[in-house]
Amino acid sequence: MSSATQTAFMKSLQQRGYEAVIGLEIHVQLKTQSKMFCADSTQFDAADNENTSPVSVGMPGTLPVVNKLAIEYSIKTGLALGCQIRSKSVFSRKNYFYPDLPKGYQISQYDLPICEKGKISFVVDGYEKTVGITRAHMEEDAGKSNHHGDCTLLNYNRAGIPLLEVVSEPDIRTPTEAAEYVRTIRQIARYLDVCDGNLEEGSLRCDCNVSVRKIGAPEFGTKVEIKNINSFRFVEKAIEYEIERQIDFVDRGEKIIQETRLYDPDKNRTFSMRKKEDAQDYRYFPDPDLQPIIVTAEMIQKLKSELPELPRARAERFKKEHGLPEHDAAVLTNEKELADYYEATAAVCKNHKASSNWIMTDVLRELNQAQKNILQCPIKAFDLGNLIQMIDGNTISGKIAKTVFVEMWKTGDAPDKIVKEKGLTQITDNSAIEKIIDDVLAQSAPQVADYRSGKTKLFGFFVGAVMKATKGQANPDLVNKLLQDKLNG
Amino acid sequence: MNPILRYEWGMIDQKTIQQIAKLSRLEVNDDQAQLFSEQMSIVLNYFEQISKVQTIGVEPMITPTEIENFWRDDLVVKENSSEDMLNNAPARTGNLFKVPPVVG
Repeated sequence: MSSATQTAFMKSLQQRGYEAVIGLEIHVQLKTQSKMFCADSTQFDAADNENTSPVSVGMPGTLPVVNKLAIEYSIKTGLALGCQIRSKSVFSRKNYFYPDLPKGYQISQYDLPICEKGKISFVVDGYEKTVGITRAHMEEDAGKSNHHGDCTLLNYNRAGIPLLEVVSEPDIRTPTEAAEYVRTIRQIARYLDVCDGNLEEGSLRCDCNVSVRKIGAPEFGTKVEIKNINSFRFVEKAIEYEIERQIDFVDRGEKIIQETRLYDPDKNRTFSMRKKEDAQDYRYFPDPDLQPIIVTAEMIQKLKSELPELPRARAERFKKEHGLPEHDAAVLTNEKELADYYEATAAVCKNHKASSNWIMTDVLRELNQAQKNILQCPIKAFDLGNLIQMIDGNTISGKIAKTVFVEMWKTGDAPDKIVKEKGLTQITDNSAIEKIIDDVLAQSAPQVADYRSGKTKLFGFFVGAVMKATKGQANPDLVNKLLQDKLNG
Repeated sequence: MNPILRYEWGMIDQKTIQQIAKLSRLEVNDDQAQLFSEQMSIVLNYFEQISKVQTIGVEPMITPTEIENFWRDDLVVKENSSEDMLNNAPARTGNLFKVPPVVG
């Protein structure tokens, strides 16, 4: 949703006298090689039931053993979200009878989660928003069920993959804030390298709790949970639809029922999946097969020292120390790898703003067109830095640099090699340029006469002709100066 | 009298039995619900004795063995083929487990 449509939506909400209260639960799939409680691979595109073992299909007598890295990833994420890390947290069994988890329960955390009481801030539509994090707890993923008319087929490759469920406070008020919150969680998880953040493949999954109330009402309205949202755009659209549906209901004097609804992106509407009466009674209790997780202060200290500079801090540094505008800083820090690329480029050429400009316009445009990410960029940061240095050092003009850039993109060659091979070095020799100017003026006698009789607008024509004659290689400042001298002298 | 048989009738009513049956995906008729409600009340009442124990100030025991963390490194080990894993399955389609239809 553009910020204009967002404003229109919020205005209509206010005119109707309502506000929305939104809280999100995000499942972050942790990027470990093996599963949470056994050594099965977590590889995404494995063949059916290839990544299974007696533990992940719930054979009797098997016992879970905790993956240390999953715990470290969870703690790191918790720290980055400003959470307190519990020194003793406990795995509980969430009991439900459904074949996607053949044990009959999911190992999760209940009353003693590993991370709690955090908050994150982000910028949305020009204002700063802070959202509280209630908790972040570890759990195992379920298998994938495929429903057919007469049977259900099960693939347990996903069963047991470690997840960190991040639960927000009901602090979010607009669909745009909700989408920006999800983006921020994704961005942080990717900076920490604990999750690849792919919504479509399900490595980041989002459930939204939405309710509405009259502006100023002290109590929350009845909340509805929306599941099955797998893109940022759908987060906004699903919540927007749900808010309007609920207001229509309340306006008609009907009661909102507590229920779980699914979002259908094709129809852009939500529909009821199950009512509260059908809600599971999960009968949580501590899993006797697993020890409590004891996290020492030393362990937290060590993981804290391994945290990378987080996106907001990095953007602030780019603004303060590199003099970049807010927009540049935000775009460049969007992905850690892009920010790394920018810093590597600027380190070579020592020109921060030029590095930012080249990356934000030329590099991102080409990457977009080729549908590549920055790691697949055929131009190395070192070479881009050198290209900028060649402009700043007057070896080539900015215009020629664009041509060199295209060539670099095509071949992956270094800029000095291309400039040398194609003879693109800027002509900065006065006498050489003077000679070309003389030729141009000699061939354009009528225009020279017009110019001298007052048609000074023709100056651009002469510049163009000289640049053309030098294939754009003449130093533009010199051309300007020498032309002035010749025409006016 | 055997302490097991000292129970109060109707602690678990038939509605609760039907709800438990639904969550367990079992079909229970009215006669069964009546029978089970009586039987489960007996069982539950027996365990009710535990709630009489004074537990204020006692920390809940998560596990009887207080040993240090036992964690494993993040290493993939493959011990079974998907064929091995599906060998015991009563029904399969390709390399997928096949179960009666479930929805919702």
